Amino acid sequence: MAGPGPSGASGDATYAGLVRPLLLPTWAVVGILMVLPVCLMAVYSFLTKEFRGGVIWDFTLAAYDQFFITRGLFGDEPARIEWTYIGIFWRSIWQAGLATLLCLFIGFPTAWFIATRPARSRGVWLFLITIPYWVNLLIRTVSLKFLIRETGPLNESLMAIGLIDTPLPLVNTNLAVQLGLFYSYLPFMVLPIYAAVERYNFALSEAAADLYASRLATLREVVLPVVKPGIVAGCILVFVPSLGAFLAPDLLGGAKTFMLGSLIDEQFKGSQGNWPFGAAVAMILMTLVMTVLILYARAQARGARR
Amino acid sequence: MTAAVDIHEAVKRYGSVTALHRVDLSISDNEFFTLLGPSGCGKTTLLRMIAGFEDVTEGEVRLFGENIARLEPNRRPVNTVFQHYALFPHMTVIENVAFGLKMKGVDAATRRGRAGRMLDMVHLSAFADRMPDQLSGGQQQRVALARALAPEPKVLLLDEPLSALDLKLRQAMRVELKQLQQDTGITFIFVTHDQEEALTMSDRIAVMSEGRVQQVGTARDIYEAPVNRFVADFIGETNLLEVDVARVEGGTAEVVLPGGHRITCPSATTAPGRHHLSIRPERISLSAEADLTATVDRVVYLGTDLQVMVRLEGGTPFSLRMQNAARVSPPEPGATVGLHLEEGAARLLAD
Repeated sequence: MAGPGPSGASGDATYAGLVRPLLLPTWAVVGILMVLPVCLMAVYSFLTKEFRGGVIWDFTLAAYDQFFITRGLFGDEPARIEWTYIGIFWRSIWQAGLATLLCLFIGFPTAWFIATRPARSRGVWLFLITIPYWVNLLIRTVSLKFLIRETGPLNESLMAIGLIDTPLPLVNTNLAVQLGLFYSYLPFMVLPIYAAVERYNFALSEAAADLYASRLATLREVVLPVVKPGIVAGCILVFVPSLGAFLAPDLLGGAKTFMLGSLIDEQFKGSQGNWPFGAAVAMILMTLVMTVLILYARAQARGARR
Repeated sequence: MTAAVDIHEAVKRYGSVTALHRVDLSISDNEFFTLLGPSGCGKTTLLRMIAGFEDVTEGEVRLFGENIARLEPNRRPVNTVFQHYALFPHMTVIENVAFGLKMKGVDAATRRGRAGRMLDMVHLSAFADRMPDQLSGGQQQRVALARALAPEPKVLLLDEPLSALDLKLRQAMRVELKQLQQDTGITFIFVTHDQEEALTMSDRIAVMSEGRVQQVGTARDIYEAPVNRFVADFIGETNLLEVDVARVEGGTAEVVLPGGHRITCPSATTAPGRHHLSIRPERISLSAEADLTATVDRVVYLGTDLQVMVRLEGGTPFSLRMQNAARVSPPEPGATVGLHLEEGAARLLAD
């Protein structure tokens, strides 16, 4: 295929000469901010830990071994699978998945609502959605803790109207973590779905109704499949950072809700840290996420070729 | 016989704006019926009311006798061909065509068979497994048609379905649509702003303007016997002259032309006074036996025809058409000519 040059053979030649230098900033950004750190992380995950943080340049699989395999408390038993970290992994996926679903169920109607307002007021609604995000994530998460704690406004007002006698123990529960994640990442769900719904041709819904589809069938057979790219983008944008989140689990959850983000966070903090192990957990997490995304993209490509 | 669609004193208001004023229409079974009018005349609103996409503010919409004005669109046995087709982009052509049957609960094998036959009918069998965006505009149009016909609706609604096609295709589709309507025996209600489309396909036409039905009739009726200025002017070309009515009796009036000459002509009104006279340009000839006298402004060459633009005494512009035949020598600009109104050229309007 011919290059998208402006005109003719000489134009293409000029274009080809320019394209590399012009792409340099992009390559620099991607290289320095993405490729290099990932490589560093990969290398660190194979190094030996130093006891007061940092690493010794001694290549070993110790970090991965620590993640997957246990030899008992004193290291003298036969090797078995270590379930602790896999359990944290699983719990993180579960928590992030629930938070994503929560975001989807609230975010989709919100996005739909905004996208179906008159064009003039949509900007205002989107602006309102983003306002809370001007405040630092840490402060927002702590505030949420104050709202839902036993003497917080939520419990006090529920008690005042007589719905409950004793305060609901919300802090340090899975629900609190999901609420935190939901609150942290909701706009990442709303914005891509909004973009998809805004482009949606409402004549398609009329066509479906005209062809005997009920409202539910129209949603299932036409609306959702057509805006699916926006939904998928939103789910990825919420799920991936939720998986590695550590503020919400740390502040709103307790020991029982320990998640991957906190695990990684701990490895790089203070003298008890273990940099290679933290790097290894990060690498495992990234590999998992990448694999799922690639499998999904492949399935999509197959569907589109059909 | 019960009408296929009977619209009874239907009113549509959006807040303080009235889009349709007490519309009464009766459309027979097996009819190719056209709603014709300029944009904003209410024709699409009326069609959407029959489909169920617009609420009826007042009045009734009856389908074979049953009032469907409050029925959801998915419960009405009518299907629509949308102006921009509205094909489902995530479904193949055959899935699009089978969608209505699927929603009606027809089993997969039956609907695949019937959708296949529909595609046959519109000559698109080879494209069954394509996606809509892989088709040309004309092909998409046929898919939309097949999709709307597949559930065997009692009435098919077509919302300017040809407007997005190029001229050649549009002309071919007119013939096909008419043929399809005759073959299937389904009532077609066709919305268009294109009078040529309306005149060539329709059994009957409702000419609409400003939310009102101005006239209903066959193509010949509305062209030859328009009732008012809007219809006379919208359908084809016409000359409108304000004249004094000397005498009106039955369907005939005697009117006084500018220059004093009197003629009798068919009339759409029984009221004396001042009315407009519609005179079709192709029914006027240059003649010594003149009803009107005029000065030639210019002659426009149109291929098969010549258009002669003249001015009547008093300066009123007027135009006539002559066939571009070998024996005809067109008049020179500046010349004074006599205009003879042929039998049926003039018609007195109601306004």
